[in-house]
Amino acid sequence: MMIFTVISWILAVLVIAPAIYAVESKDLLSAAIAAGFADLAAAILFLVLQAPDVAITQAAIGAGITLAVFVYAIRRTERWEK
Amino acid sequence: MRKIVAAIISITVFVILTYFFITSSAPINYTTGGQYINPITHEHSNQSVPQQYLKDSKKDTGASNVVTAIVVEYRGFDTLGEVTVLFTAATGIALLLDELKRRNVPHDEPNFIVKVGSIVVLPFIVVVGTYIFIHGHLTPGGGFPGGAVIASGFLLLLLVHTNRGLPERKLSVTESIAGMTYALIGLLGLVFAHEFLENYLPLGTFTYLFSAGIIPLIYIAIGFKVGSELGGILHNLKGVHEE
Repeated sequence: MMIFTVISWILAVLVIAPAIYAVESKDLLSAAIAAGFADLAAAILFLVLQAPDVAITQAAIGAGITLAVFVYAIRRTERWEK
Repeated sequence: MRKIVAAIISITVFVILTYFFITSSAPINYTTGGQYINPITHEHSNQSVPQQYLKDSKKDTGASNVVTAIVVEYRGFDTLGEVTVLFTAATGIALLLDELKRRNVPHDEPNFIVKVGSIVVLPFIVVVGTYIFIHGHLTPGGGFPGGAVIASGFLLLLLVHTNRGLPERKLSVTESIAGMTYALIGLLGLVFAHEFLENYLPLGTFTYLFSAGIIPLIYIAIGFKVGSELGGILHNLKGVHEE
């Protein structure tokens, strides 16, 4: 139970900190990568919370495809937020 | 100043939501004297809905993955709606981004490690994706995750071959056939079992690959459909003009 609590807290920090960075950063490329990292940590959190169905989807779509979509969009537009 | 106001507002909302979450953590009481009441039809039962799913899904659907049993069997019509939403999104992206293909952005060549690594990794990605959606009724996963994993294989191909896109026409043909298969399986249920998307195949042996009636067939169709749709979305976003 103790280990579970510690892991949950670590994963919660790993989800929230990159999410805040993704909102605040002026560099959109690093913001997109931080959002992908938050999604990956969320996938591990789902696995710890015993929802493997959701974890597979989150890892494939959140950390893989959404990141690619953002990077392709940034390549077409601008990298720096004004 | 704006940031301070935003922080104050978000903390206030957080505190309010946490307060309501803590105070209303007791379950809503639909029970009177050990009996559960359906709030719409006022029918009585001694089981809640989750209890009923966990207890009856093996007998009703033959799927050992209860999540799949709910998503494809009990709530099959909702899943058809979800697939339609994804189809609409993919079509909208294809319509909107068609203009991009005429303005090509030059791509850098990927390095040697990415090229050779993709040859090694790609077969495994496709096999894992296929495994996930074929075994959707037995192990965690299903059509949507499996299709997404296969689409990430497509993404690897797009990243390596910088000046090429995916075969758009083949993708849309695959997607259409898979979508029609799903609707057709549902309509056959109307013929053989008197209800749309009702199971009409034998349930087979529990936990075997050929079991659970129409669930594996539907999940294979969804896997193909989601994989080709997400691949088409990525192809359109990359926007390579290919004749």
